[in-house]
Amino acid sequence: MRESIDRREFLKLAGLGGAVFASGLAGGAKFAGAAEGDFYFVQLSDTHWGFNGPVVNPDAGGTLPKAVAAVNSLGYEPDFIVFTGDLTHTTDDPKERRRRLAEFRDIVKNLKNKNVRFMPGEHDAALGNGQAWKEFFGASYYSFDHKGVHFIAIDNVSDPTARIGSEQLAWLKSDLATQAADARIVVFTHRPLFDLYPQWDWATRDGAQAIELLMPHKNVTVFYGHIHQEHHQMTGHIAHHSAKSLIFPLPAPGSQPKREPIRWDPAQPYKGLGFRGVDAEVQKAEYEITEYPVKKA
Amino acid sequence: MKLERRRLLAAGIVAAAGAVFGTGGLAQTKERVIRVTARKFVFLPREIRIKKGVPVVLEFVTADVVMGFNAPDFNVRTDIVPGKVSRLRMVPDKTGTFVFLCDVFCGDGHEGMSGQIHVVA
Repeated sequence: MRESIDRREFLKLAGLGGAVFASGLAGGAKFAGAAEGDFYFVQLSDTHWGFNGPVVNPDAGGTLPKAVAAVNSLGYEPDFIVFTGDLTHTTDDPKERRRRLAEFRDIVKNLKNKNVRFMPGEHDAALGNGQAWKEFFGASYYSFDHKGVHFIAIDNVSDPTARIGSEQLAWLKSDLATQAADARIVVFTHRPLFDLYPQWDWATRDGAQAIELLMPHKNVTVFYGHIHQEHHQMTGHIAHHSAKSLIFPLPAPGSQPKREPIRWDPAQPYKGLGFRGVDAEVQKAEYEITEYPVKKA
Repeated sequence: MKLERRRLLAAGIVAAAGAVFGTGGLAQTKERVIRVTARKFVFLPREIRIKKGVPVVLEFVTADVVMGFNAPDFNVRTDIVPGKVSRLRMVPDKTGTFVFLCDVFCGDGHEGMSGQIHVVA
């Protein structure tokens, strides 16, 4: 607890304000099984290793290493780090896909914190039904517990039709059955579980079924990627927070006719790119999000 | 009597649903058919012009891999499978320009595979 408060003081001193997002019962009663301390994790997303497009990112080969260096120099050690998909940019060539996944893995080995969780994005996994991704990173959906919070990673990309699928939904149902109604639950996924903007493929075909399974739980927060920008939306009492990309930003949903990457601005390099730190206040089920740039201005 | 009324009601519901969108059997009356070819990574034609309130049947073919056609503003979609003709009947209920896209990740150009439906009065 003390460490978390110190971290917030550090952020204030560093001039990095966070946004607090509350889920469920702010200030609520103690929940079953834990009164453990608050903690801190880092989310990185959509690194698209292997992308080549100088107009939108002339430093495609340097952005991920810079992000790794930035995480290493945060000043505070996160409890863990999560990558929410699209680790690599897609390729039709299975050999090249594996080469990109291997290079990505080798770069992120330079993270000082070795407690790193991975998730696939459709660029990694939709071609070949996730086989190559699993060879490098193991199961594409899973759950784990950390200091009183139940984390669930949902794979909505290994099926090229953008479905979670009946098998995984059945697993999700049984996993959630182990959790009390007031358990603190955080979901990691790649695509939005709700229909954010299906016209740009910003949806999960059967995401509504996952949300329906999550709804009986009072304290659920979802962190996802895919849309290459920060976005915050509620579906009922469930908060959904998308993360920035580490390769190129995309325009706001429906803000222009086509979903095209925002061009690199030489006057403001790395603008719109970044990663986030999340302070989990377990008892309140609150998550304070601090957005970090790839490089300090 | 009650049973007969239920049957009629059920038939009416099915007919009403089919008047908007459908992927099943085609209506007996002659309707405009637009053939759309999906290939990596483009729909041909890319632009579809139809009239509000006038039924149209979209026929999809591909020689490549499994793809999808999705027009979210009309809540219609279908898989496009090599060697088969997929049919989608729709009666557009609004005018304007609307996006359609491939919603089955089909390759490294998938994200640019989209088009537009122009619905005129």
